[in-house]
This record gives sequence, C-alpha cells and structure tokens, in this order.
Amino acid sequence: MKCISKYIFALLVLHISTYTLAQSSSTDEIAKYRELLADGNPAEFWEVRGEELWKKKITPNNVSLEQCDLGKGSGVVKGAYVELPRYFSDVDKVMDLEQRLIQCRTMIQGLTYEQATAVPHGSAGKPSDIEALVAYITAESKGMKMAVSIKHPKEKDAYELGKKFFYYRAGSHDFACATCHSKDDQRIRLQQLSNLVNKTDAQKTYTTWPAYRVSQGEVRTMQHRIIDCTRQQRFPEPRYASDIVTSLIMFMAKNAEGGVYSAPALKR
Amino acid sequence: MADPMRIRAVLVGEKVEAKVLIRHDMETGKRKDSTGALVPPHFIQTLTAKYEDRVVLDTVMGIAVSKDPFISFKFKDGVKGGKLTVTWVDNTGDTRTDTAVIT
Amino acid sequence: MNKSRRDFFRTSSMLGLVIASGFYGSSNVLAAEWKTNSFGAKSLADALKEIGVDNYTISSDVSVNSAEIAENGAVVPVSISSAIPNTEYMAILVEKNPNPLAVAFSIPSGTDAAITTRVKMGSTSSVYAIVKADGKWFAASKEIKVTLGGCGG
Repeated sequence: MKCISKYIFALLVLHISTYTLAQSSSTDEIAKYRELLADGNPAEFWEVRGEELWKKKITPNNVSLEQCDLGKGSGVVKGAYVELPRYFSDVDKVMDLEQRLIQCRTMIQGLTYEQATAVPHGSAGKPSDIEALVAYITAESKGMKMAVSIKHPKEKDAYELGKKFFYYRAGSHDFACATCHSKDDQRIRLQQLSNLVNKTDAQKTYTTWPAYRVSQGEVRTMQHRIIDCTRQQRFPEPRYASDIVTSLIMFMAKNAEGGVYSAPALKR
Repeated sequence: MADPMRIRAVLVGEKVEAKVLIRHDMETGKRKDSTGALVPPHFIQTLTAKYEDRVVLDTVMGIAVSKDPFISFKFKDGVKGGKLTVTWVDNTGDTRTDTAVIT
Repeated sequence: MNKSRRDFFRTSSMLGLVIASGFYGSSNVLAAEWKTNSFGAKSLADALKEIGVDNYTISSDVSVNSAEIAENGAVVPVSISSAIPNTEYMAILVEKNPNPLAVAFSIPSGTDAAITTRVKMGSTSSVYAIVKADGKWFAASKEIKVTLGGCGG
C-alpha cells in the first residue's frame, strides 16, 4: 500500500510539474512572439497620416486642428496625452482625448457631430481619421510619465464613477471589469489578464494603448478597447465617446500614474 | 496613390541592415464585407530592392503575406550615404517606389 | 526587348510597367516572376513541384525561426535562413494554408541568405523554408501553433 501511494504521489508531482512547465513555456513563447513583432510597427503609418490631418485645413471653416487645446495650450500636442483625461473649463467637463478631438473638430473646424464621429474605427479600405489623429497625438507623449490629475472636483467625480463602473457587475454573465482585471495571475485561454488595480500592471497596460492590433489590422484606441471589452462581457455597449467610457479611462489612467508612456504599440 | 514605405537602412559593421515596412491591405480575395460580398484580391506580388544599381533582394509574394508587410534583410558592400531603393507592384498594377539613404 | 526576356515576362504583364521604366536596366539578375501556378497550388507537394523542386533534403543548415505560439494567425513573424554556400533562392510555405506558398526570395550574391517577414497562418501548421543552392534543394520546418485570442479576438 505504501509503495503504491508513493508511486501515485510521484506521478502527481510529475504531472503538476509538467503542467506548470507547459504553462510557463506557453507564456515564454507568447513573450517571444510579442518580442519578434516589436520591430516594425505599422502604427507609424497612422502617426504620419494623423499629423497630416492635424495640420490640414478642412471645410467648412477652412482651419486646421492646430488651434485645438488638448489641455496644455492651443496647438500643444507634445505631452498632452499623458495628462488626459482632464477638466476643460471651456466646456465645464472632463474629457478624454477622443471627446476633446470631437470638440475641436466641431467647434473649431465646423464639422457636425455626425461628421466628427463618422468612422471611429477603421477597416480595410475605410480608414478612420480619428484613429490616425489619436496615433499622432499619443506618439507625441512617448517617453513621458503618466500624470493625470484628479484635483478638480469634476476630475475626482469622473475617477470615482470610473471606479464604480469597473466593479459594476451586470449583463448575462454577471461580469464586471474587475471579474477579469482585479487579480494577479489570471488568464483567459493563453492570454494573461492584467490586474488593473495593481500599480505596476496598470502602468504596463495603460501605457501601451493605442496599439496596432494585428487581429484587426488597424490602430485601435482606448475607446475601442473598452467598448470591445464591454461587448465581450455581454454588457450593453456604451456609445462611442460617451462620458461613462471617459470615466473608466480616467480610473485606469490615474491608476497608471508614473508609468512611462510607450504607445502606439503593437499587439495581438 | 499608396502611402510611402518606411525604409530603414543602417550600416552595422560590414553589412547594411535593411528593414522595410509597407502600408498595404494585402486582401486575399476570400474575405466578405459587411454586405456579404467578396472583397476583391488586392495584394503586392513583387518587391525589389536595389542598392544603387545592384539588385539586393527580389521577392514574389502571395496573399499569405500579412497586411502591412514587413521585410528585413542584410547585404554587404554598402556604404553610408548610399541609396537603397525599393519598388513594389501589386495585382492591380499599382506600384510604389521609395528610396532611403544608408546611415 | 529580346525574345528570351519577352518569354520570361509573358506570365506577368504588370511587370511590363517596371521594365518600361528601365528599373532593371543594367542588372543581369533576372527578376523573380509571379506565377499563378505556384501561388495557386493547393498542397505543399504541388507548390513545391510548381517552384521546380524535384526532391529536397532536410538540412540542419536551413532554419525556420519563430515563436512556437502565435497569438494571432494574421501576423506571424518568421525568419528563414540558410548557411549553405551559394544559396540563391528561399521560400516560405505554410503547409496547412489553402495555398501553401506564401513568399519567395531571390538572393543575389552579397545578400545574406536570411530574411525575416510576417505571414498569415490559417491554423496551427508546419512552416517550411525551402532553399536552392548550387542546383540542389534543401529544407527545414518548424511547427507554429496558432491560438485563438483571450476573449476570441
């Protein structure tokens, strides 16, 4: 009897160790995949197109976006993204980058809201101006530290609302963002899930969006990531550029404070 | 007119390390759009790289090359200031030529 | 244009544009030709036949380098290389793809027989590097697993 139980125990240890070996080697291989892809990011094309769009005078007002204030002054793009979302006194509300771009495209350039929000997510043959502008503007924050403020009462409110949303369980699967993203070492299939309430993980995750997603063949922004997550959670999807998405971005951006911004990145 | 290629050519020791990134949809012709119609094939078929007058790489590609293609290769006898010229032609006859200076 | 060049380019008319522009002017290296038959072949064996491979030897001097797992089959980084002297041609074939031949390179002398690119894989498959050196064919292969992403994307 003793012999058999020792034998079973040995088998169990062997099984567990090969299982964990397989797990860690999967993680290693995926890390290798990501590393091999790092050289040569197609997002550069979106950055170039975005810069052209930023400087282009368009109808009806025949002005470019160079008068747009992203929070650091009229036309200042460098370092603007790492301080967003933020409170804007001209509209008396907190806005993320995409909401602010809509604001500038409508108020300064004279587009209608529908025109300014047309094609928020591009596809082959139908590129998105918004994704290009976001790629350009975010690239101008590369290398800088995340520095979102929640000093203004409305910024604090946005943060708190975002936090509430993060933990809010709903939908057919009764999932919250927190269900997948608030614990260490969780995964779905072979994907490691980031723990967004752990500072290091939050920094690593937030500072690599937007990203050229190979599964989409496009640059995808944080708005797209959140709306896609809600779809996958079986939540009713929030409207593009709605305040609830901004509040969640506020929550994540603040949690990523101090992280060195390195987007646009390249991801699955 | 297609987007310009992003070409990086750096002299490292005795060899030029060339990296070419191209903006191209590389449509297979097997994908359906939102109306259910097949999106016609649209992909680069040939790509040639020349260092000054000398061909350094000749490529034929099919639909299985990824969207926004990336190719990297190395060649010798190139000098700083020399020109690397890359040309691609796709199945619709569209073409693009771009040049980079070796640094 | 003399007869042999005309024959050479008859299967791919779009190259005529490039010829007309004088791009291949002084070079003696014949441009690689895009062939419907080789890219259209539906099995590894047929694709190899269309390329002109009569038989090949598996060689440890040829390598396929990649991660063993690709997070998404749309973009799989693959490096192929050959340490065999006088390697003049290298191709990447994805065995389980509907059309296995993905890309082929003519390697002039002076260029390393080592190329990195990105291919599409429809599913987990062996990826082959086939090379030609001194009239002989050599190959290597590596299995690359293609996963379905976390939430399905």
